[in-house]
Amino acid sequence: MAKPTDLVQGTLDLLILKTLVLQPMHGWGIAQRIRQVSKEVLQVTQGALYPALHRLEQQGWIRAKWGESENNRRAKFYSLTADGAKYLRQEEAQWKRLSLAIELVLDTP
Amino acid sequence: MRWYYKLPLRLRSIFHKNQAELDLSEELQFHLQNQIEEYVAQGMNRKEARHAAFRSLGGIEQAKEECRDARKVNVIDNFLQDLHFGLRILRRSPGFSILAILCLTLGIGANAAVFSWIEGILFRPYPAVTHQERLVAVGGASRGEPRGNPLSWPDFQDLQRSCTLCETLLVSKITGTTLSIGDRAERTTGSIVSANYFDAIGVHPILGRGFLPGEDTGQSAHPVAVISYQLWKGRFQGDPQIVGKTQRLNGVVHTIVGVAPKGFYGTFVGWGMNFWVPASMEDVFESGGYKLEDRGARWIESYARLKPGVSLQQAQQEVGAISGRLEAGYPTTNRGRGIKLWPLWQTPFNNAGTLLPTLEIMMAVVAFVLLIACANVGNLLLVRSCARRHEMSVRLAVGAGRARLWKQLLTEGLVLSLFGATGGLLLAYWCRHLLVLLFPARGGVQMHLPGELDWRVLALSAGVCLLTTVLLGVVPAMQTSKIDLAHSLKMEAAGVVGGGGRAWVRSGLVLVQVSLSFILLVGAGLLMQSLLKIRTASPGFTTRGVQYTAIDLVSAGYDRVRAQTFQDALLERVKALPGVESAAFARMTPLTYVSSSEAPIAVDGYEPPPDESPGVEYNEVGPDYFVTMGIPLVTGREFSRADDEKAAPVAVVNETMASRYWKGQSPLGRRLQMKGRSLQVVGVAKDSKYSSVRENPQPFFFVPLRQNSLRGSGLHIRTPLAPDVMGAAIAREVRALDSNLAPYEVITMQEQLDRSTSAQMVAVKLVGVLGGLALLLAAIGLYGVMSYAVSQSTRELGLRMALGAGASNLLRLVMSRGLVLTGGGVVLGAAVALALTRLLGNLLYKVSPRDPVAFGSALALMMIVSLAGCFLPAWRATRTDPSRALRD
Repeated sequence: MAKPTDLVQGTLDLLILKTLVLQPMHGWGIAQRIRQVSKEVLQVTQGALYPALHRLEQQGWIRAKWGESENNRRAKFYSLTADGAKYLRQEEAQWKRLSLAIELVLDTP
Repeated sequence: MRWYYKLPLRLRSIFHKNQAELDLSEELQFHLQNQIEEYVAQGMNRKEARHAAFRSLGGIEQAKEECRDARKVNVIDNFLQDLHFGLRILRRSPGFSILAILCLTLGIGANAAVFSWIEGILFRPYPAVTHQERLVAVGGASRGEPRGNPLSWPDFQDLQRSCTLCETLLVSKITGTTLSIGDRAERTTGSIVSANYFDAIGVHPILGRGFLPGEDTGQSAHPVAVISYQLWKGRFQGDPQIVGKTQRLNGVVHTIVGVAPKGFYGTFVGWGMNFWVPASMEDVFESGGYKLEDRGARWIESYARLKPGVSLQQAQQEVGAISGRLEAGYPTTNRGRGIKLWPLWQTPFNNAGTLLPTLEIMMAVVAFVLLIACANVGNLLLVRSCARRHEMSVRLAVGAGRARLWKQLLTEGLVLSLFGATGGLLLAYWCRHLLVLLFPARGGVQMHLPGELDWRVLALSAGVCLLTTVLLGVVPAMQTSKIDLAHSLKMEAAGVVGGGGRAWVRSGLVLVQVSLSFILLVGAGLLMQSLLKIRTASPGFTTRGVQYTAIDLVSAGYDRVRAQTFQDALLERVKALPGVESAAFARMTPLTYVSSSEAPIAVDGYEPPPDESPGVEYNEVGPDYFVTMGIPLVTGREFSRADDEKAAPVAVVNETMASRYWKGQSPLGRRLQMKGRSLQVVGVAKDSKYSSVRENPQPFFFVPLRQNSLRGSGLHIRTPLAPDVMGAAIAREVRALDSNLAPYEVITMQEQLDRSTSAQMVAVKLVGVLGGLALLLAAIGLYGVMSYAVSQSTRELGLRMALGAGASNLLRLVMSRGLVLTGGGVVLGAAVALALTRLLGNLLYKVSPRDPVAFGSALALMMIVSLAGCFLPAWRATRTDPSRALRD
């Protein structure tokens, strides 16, 4: 039962939370949106997405609610909680610092 | 992160598991549908799209499992599985389960019962009283005397007026009266209280009222009483019109003004109170006359409730300052006297103090029993874990983590200890009032020692249960960590007696059992010896051949003259009975709860040091008292019929008093001032014990009954006849004089001495019984270990036999192995016992905590028991059939 490493997991969490800033979305929508925004680079598989969503819900960063999808089917919509928004801001800043640092290291000849 | 997000989600995962599962399926299904539609939109046909979608998504079930993990459902699920499995395993081996659960029930039950006694007797003794957690005992303390003593009424009132840290102060002094005059005289206990008593403790009478302010002033001015619920139901048949009716108490007609609520037994540890009278009625119940205005007369026992947040130390400082002012203001009566506060469980003037050491020891003993029970169950589990080695290996082989195995074994331990705890709490519930059975009734009044099973006791028991679980789970779990997968698939190598890596845990457990039971045996031995010493030590008077009874004339309404006539007539009749050598009345009988009076005295020619105000206890006794009791006189004479109200007042002092106040000169003919009277010393008696066998020699004096209160109701008789014969004869004589009167039960002074040392007796009984139990458990443990060792080493034994070892060799081999274990346990136990027995301190009487006899006899007993435990396995070893053992 290989689980995603912390880096990967943390990154996915970050992407999900960021995606939910705009509006509540269902799992499929989140996956699509990440794919589109990243210009097809990041493909989130179902196997990684849903456990991550459930974990985030357990932690109280997102909340789930059943609703109607755009094609009139019952779907589970996730929305960001206040705690989640706070956590996202922290993580975003952290990520930016980290990626800047990595860039620096890589750019050094 | 917030719990209010998480909790409903968790609960949903557990209790609405199906709904959560459905949601999960639907959610994933929705995703799948969308994926299919996307593929269709890209131009695939529906069937292809479906396959492609499944492929791209990976296993649906796998995703589900990971979602469950994310929801932490598995933690709970696994636990339920383990629980289920644990229960199944218990059902499969009922013999083991019953034995283990019985051991634990006993261990946990004993602990819970003792906790409930400690809670009900020491920490929360008065459940009906509001805020008893802030209640403290208040008493006097003279310098250099750790024992608390009573306060005087004026001192109490000053304290009440000036204590700012106390919310309220109240008086509650135990007293007694005789209620049913008829076939049998019955003693009942009551309290003399301050008028604020019922309001102060927050107990409201269910009928009528409590006492009014001012009812505790004036000499015998307010003959009113509140009676207990039990008395109301029993003696007055629950009469709803009881308020306003009258009842004679100690010869004075009292009006019943109220009935206390059910479940309220007063504020005295040890006895339930049946009536309450205001302090103004003090001189009806107490000896020594009217004392409300006498600062030197100390008789009050009181309590204070501290204000919220005030610590005992803070309150003690303020009270100390107040008593300092009293000392300065009233040097003649208060010099060298302080006022002290005690927490309720150390209350000096009720049975809390006497029971404290016994209960402490009980607590240690039951903890030992629990440990021994755990060791025994641990041993049983070990035997089983050996049998389950294969199961564990398979579990490990198919991929269970060690942590998962530990969890499973701990859950099994939890199942066992939960059963044990349930049984234990039931046991404790039945035993909560049992403590009282160990104490004999005194003076016909049964003690009142209720246990209290409240949340604190439950919490402690739960803690014990948890500890047990860990102890039980750890032993087999340790074993699993040593399982070597590759090795365990092969045949197990045959062991040798006592050898083998695994055996040490079991041997270690037996070692612990042996040492713990050895400690208990030593403790029991020491307590037994001191009990024997206490009961055989001479208290300074004859214990066998002197009997004692009482006739309560005051309660029957006799006045002074009638009482005197009656006593004279009865004494004549009793002395004329065949077998009676002599007889005498006295106010107080030694070693009974009836306390002797204390009076400030002045001795001509004795200048008290500045911090001492001499007060000496005394007794009022009739003619022939010393002869009857067998207290020898050193010089002078004892009282005779001539020492009556018309004669000059006289006194007999004891040796300690003579040497303290007359410093080596003969006190004969010297004078002693007491309560404004001058007494001439006519005799010196040898020291004897007055209120307790354990007291140190203290100054004491005697005055003639007739020159004093005449409250002498104790009849002392010197006779070789049996108490019941004497009892019948005395009852006949009493009835002949007054058909409405009856004497109390007739007992020997030895019986009285035994009753007064019942706390020691209880300790001996308990430690003895539990020590025996521990011994039995240890023997079973030893037997188990040796049997197992023998059964595991038949090969070795067979080989030895084949090589020519005789039966006696093998017997010796196995026995010596067992004795080495016992020896190790005894050495360990002895080392711990040497450190622990000092803690028995107060309960030991003239016995060293390192007494060789106690240690020796414990050793002998232990050895005999362990020999018995080892013999059967050893004998079985000699029956090994070498040809079969070697072939198998």
